Amino acid sequence: MTGPEREPLVSIEDVTCGYGATPVLEQIDLRIERGAFVGVVGPSGVGKTTLLRLMVGAVPRVRGRVTIAGQPVQHGTTPRVGWVPQLETVDWHFPATVSEVVLMGRWGVRPWWPRATNEDRLAVDRLLERLGIGSLAGRNIRDLSGGQQQRVFLARAMIGEPLLLLLDEPTSGVDLRTRDDILHLLADLNRDGMTIVLTTHELNAVAAHLPWVVCVNRRIIAEGSPDQIFTDEILGRTYGADLRVVRQDGAILVADAAPHRLRDALQHHHPGYEHAHHEHPDDHHVHGGPPA
Amino acid sequence: MSLVTEPLAFEFFRQGLFAAVLVGALCGMIGVYVILRRMSYIGHGLSHSVFGGAVVAYVTSINFYVGAGLWGFLSALLINATARRRKIGADAAIGIVTTASFAIGVALISKTRSFTRNFEAALFGNVLGVTPTDLFVVAVVTVLVALFIGLFYKQLLFLTFDQDVAPIYGVRVGLVDSLFALAMAATIVASINVVGVTLIAATLVIPASTARLLTDSFGRMIGYSTLLGAAAGLLGMYASYWLDVSSGATIVLLEAGVFAVISVIVALRQRETSWERDHQPRAVAGEPRGDVL
Repeated sequence: MTGPEREPLVSIEDVTCGYGATPVLEQIDLRIERGAFVGVVGPSGVGKTTLLRLMVGAVPRVRGRVTIAGQPVQHGTTPRVGWVPQLETVDWHFPATVSEVVLMGRWGVRPWWPRATNEDRLAVDRLLERLGIGSLAGRNIRDLSGGQQQRVFLARAMIGEPLLLLLDEPTSGVDLRTRDDILHLLADLNRDGMTIVLTTHELNAVAAHLPWVVCVNRRIIAEGSPDQIFTDEILGRTYGADLRVVRQDGAILVADAAPHRLRDALQHHHPGYEHAHHEHPDDHHVHGGPPA
Repeated sequence: MSLVTEPLAFEFFRQGLFAAVLVGALCGMIGVYVILRRMSYIGHGLSHSVFGGAVVAYVTSINFYVGAGLWGFLSALLINATARRRKIGADAAIGIVTTASFAIGVALISKTRSFTRNFEAALFGNVLGVTPTDLFVVAVVTVLVALFIGLFYKQLLFLTFDQDVAPIYGVRVGLVDSLFALAMAATIVASINVVGVTLIAATLVIPASTARLLTDSFGRMIGYSTLLGAAAGLLGMYASYWLDVSSGATIVLLEAGVFAVISVIVALRQRETSWERDHQPRAVAGEPRGDVL
């Protein structure tokens, strides 16, 4: 994401960070240009979410520097960033309507005024209309579909007119149609100029369709377009697994190159397994996520 | 009419009535945050902790409200700090800090033979023995806590809903948590002489839980819980007078009774709604359920 002629929106320079004695991320150098649409991929627990949290000053840094729009990001500062959490982390039994949740993202406009002003309500109504959930303002968030819930949190992230949208696993735990809806919506927002960074573990379904991909495994392993990044070597280094990239009719598919390992293990524990599963040893298993 | 006016002829009743209504509203208001932050046990624990502080204040000849308030505030901060260490849950943190504090009070009582003050009021409450000073303190704390909740409404809502994301949007977690701890400690110290250590947790938890059954909106939940708490204080005082039963216990039993009735109504409504949904194939999925009230 380098571009010497323009100042990047996000600049991370030589950052090592983490929560305890052992750093989660080390020697991170990353630049994200304005208007970029970036997918951060990598196996579970290697620092994808931490990389996003680094951009909002929510992770203690051992060293290095992070700036957004040229302004240093420090703990406790409020950069103009919208954050969309994983839906799995939301307390769906909380008594909050759609408009109450969206208004949270606007709390800093008049922090000491407890009630939403007409201006606040108009801003919420306009945004909900834009995101296609205008009729849901008074509903409890629990009563919505997965796609609608994702839009609510997207609205909360956007109501503060951020420069950057960060989404943590936005397609996790939703069905295929919802995933498709979310990605199209994000693509529309990006076309309107919004800079978007999301984490995902769905290589085929999500990352392969994004214009820019960053591979993370405690460090930045590689970054580039899916064409550049989706290679056996880079994905192997990122996931620590034997993955095979299949290119067909312009599409990129990531396959598990060693399904026989699973078969061997199953056969060891269930001797009748092979008779029930007549697969050729060279079959590639296409999958959308990292090995467990 | 005399049912209402007769008790009002007594000053002790008037003072007790004001105190019970204010304490009911105060605990109802702050109780919403307590139950939504899954810290229902904190009311129980902090009141025990404050009891320890009250005994220490008595032994060291410090004003009850200052000593017990400071003790409660420090206990609440200690609970927050302990709970932030993720290895120890909030419930365990409350258990450790508050029972140790209560034990200090018990140890001091057993050690000091020259007690003249009756700590029974602190343990079980004595709303009819409320002094003008007690009433003044309850009124001031109610106003201050209401101001705090009003001024920090948005931050408190965000923090209660999503503790991890709120700081990303600039909510100052440390400040808001500390002020909330102070508000909790002040609420418990102000209420302790009215409802007592043993019953205070109920006044924090029951109206808020009943309000939760009534609405799916956070703003309305605060309003309902405050009103339910105040109403329980008002009606509980009259019931206590006419039935000649302990005031604190009557208030709590009334709140529990209302909770039980509302629970049954809500359960019946939900059953009815699901039956209708199951037997009306053309019903629109995901219709808003609306409030019970």
